[in-house]
Amino acid sequence: MRIKTELANKEFDSSKIAEFKNVWVFCEQREGKMMPTSFELISEGRKLANELGVNLVGLLLGDNVDGIAKELGGYGADEVIVCNHPLLKTYTTDAYAKVVCDAISEFKPEAFLIAATNIGRDLGPRCAARLHTGLCADCTHLDVDMPAYKDFLRSASTLPEDRIDKLGTIMLKNNLTDKMEAHDVSRGLKMTRPAFGGNLMASIVCPRFRPAMATVRPGVMKKNPFDQAKADAVKITKYNVQLSQDDMATEVIEVVKAAKKLVDLIGADYIVSVGRGISKDVEGGIKLAEELAEVLGGVVGGSRVAIDSGWLTADHQVGQTGKTVHPKVYIALGISGSIQHKAGMSESECIIAVNKNENAPIFEIADYGICGDLFKVTPMLTEAFKAAKAAK
Amino acid sequence: MKILVCVKQVPDTSGRLAVNPDGTLNRALMQTIINPDDMNAVEAALKLKDETGCKVVAVTMGPPPAEGMLRELMAMGVDESYLISGREFGGSDTYATSQIIAAGLDTIGIDDDDLVFCGRQAIDGDTAQVGPQIAEKLHLPQITYAAEIHKDGNTITVKRVLEDGYMMIKEQTPCMVTCIKELNTPRYMSVSGIFETYSKPMTVLDYNALKDNPLIDKSTIGLSGSPTNILTSFTPPQKEPGKMLEGNDMKTCETLAGILSEKHII
Repeated sequence: MRIKTELANKEFDSSKIAEFKNVWVFCEQREGKMMPTSFELISEGRKLANELGVNLVGLLLGDNVDGIAKELGGYGADEVIVCNHPLLKTYTTDAYAKVVCDAISEFKPEAFLIAATNIGRDLGPRCAARLHTGLCADCTHLDVDMPAYKDFLRSASTLPEDRIDKLGTIMLKNNLTDKMEAHDVSRGLKMTRPAFGGNLMASIVCPRFRPAMATVRPGVMKKNPFDQAKADAVKITKYNVQLSQDDMATEVIEVVKAAKKLVDLIGADYIVSVGRGISKDVEGGIKLAEELAEVLGGVVGGSRVAIDSGWLTADHQVGQTGKTVHPKVYIALGISGSIQHKAGMSESECIIAVNKNENAPIFEIADYGICGDLFKVTPMLTEAFKAAKAAK
Repeated sequence: MKILVCVKQVPDTSGRLAVNPDGTLNRALMQTIINPDDMNAVEAALKLKDETGCKVVAVTMGPPPAEGMLRELMAMGVDESYLISGREFGGSDTYATSQIIAAGLDTIGIDDDDLVFCGRQAIDGDTAQVGPQIAEKLHLPQITYAAEIHKDGNTITVKRVLEDGYMMIKEQTPCMVTCIKELNTPRYMSVSGIFETYSKPMTVLDYNALKDNPLIDKSTIGLSGSPTNILTSFTPPQKEPGKMLEGNDMKTCETLAGILSEKHII
């Protein structure tokens, strides 16, 4: 059922970039509880707001969610705009996109960050399309300050110094006049994201429209220490939500929590993953991985093959179509290391690979490789780690 | 009733990556496949066709060789296909792409009992943005991350997956659904399908075919019209080559445990 939507501010024009100010963060809550990644985004937003010399504003939608607003101040928000409405109790694209776009059209922030959760990645593109502005997906690094961005490139890229040095404007053809125009990006948001498993990186800018929007990968940005005084001092603004049943095309019949506790790969410090290499004895292979994970206090993950073959449930999948993880230690058992798998684990602090094939691509990114049969090596690793931990 | 399925041809990421010296992807050296999530969208549409006899139309934007992919889909059972292709569209970001595809879908026509299916995300960009942005441009409601789709008349009920569970969502047609792999297992091409595919209609929509559509804004299509632009693309410094440990016996494992323990990693 089609629904036509209009912005609260009908004069809104995303190309009048001088009218836009402040950094906003969409603070996602579910069932009245703040998603932890909201604090990461507030912390990162604080850094960007400081670089711009503007305020950091949290945007909080829900039904009676005033009680969780102040905590955002403790991580760096100057102000929280609270949008309460019964139709915002449970997330729907219809209601949330309308209220977010209405608020943006009226207050005009220059940058808007959203966590790249299943909800954020539903909401972000819908809002960017309605507001007629750019959105960069699943960012892992954000900058405003140009010198800081160049320093980042010096450490995180192989670009030669002369190319880094001259960054500052971007040339774009104006499709209406066919003329080339230079756009200054020195004060704009520079949004960096990995592609193809981190083998390629790209920094994206949005020079001609505001707000510059980014969805940000959960678990990547560092959380500021909590400051109670700042939480007490945060300014709370109530937004006058305009929403009715007529704005809703969707009906949420029920929200179901997973019955079985899903494995928390993103929060895990130690992950032992299995791949095609366990095929000759799937149950045995998983058991060995579980034993190793237990010694380390970690969890078991799997490659796409392990999930597609039904050996492990989908919540265990590491990789491009699964989870992106960054544990202290990632142990890959019988995983060859395809691009799509590396995309999910190449940022791990320490990678250990066990594989029978000495030419497996996983060894190219492993800090420590053991060429051997995982069914023989894994129990020995378990025993050796157990002994090493006991000796401490 | 028909189902319009948006699909994309992408480089295969199940193997190794081919990168040019300048850090861009060497597409010529990489095999192309139909984007995996899009295959689930096609299968979901074909299942509904099996049940209701509706028509399934595949739509893609890409260079002319993408015709091969459309022929494969028609050999699976898709009835008709459209290739949106033109130099003017090249280099489009997700906003510009969705605008062009939305104009294409609008040109084909979306009736009140129609559905639009997309894959959740394409493995070459991983943005998951084009589906929702098409929906917004067409004023269609959207349901992303669909793991089950049930249709009863003009009502569809979808199981939408969240990180910690799922939602059951009900909607009236027309609407847009993005599909994930939990939804189904895509079928293969059939022999009769392969015979028939070249007699099925395939239409090319170029810039001239779409330029007068009200959804097309000339200032926001193609590389230079896209709201987002690439400032730099780069390759990260090569990680220090990892250490292959000698042997694969207990001594090897003890050595590794020793190193990790010394570095306080375990």
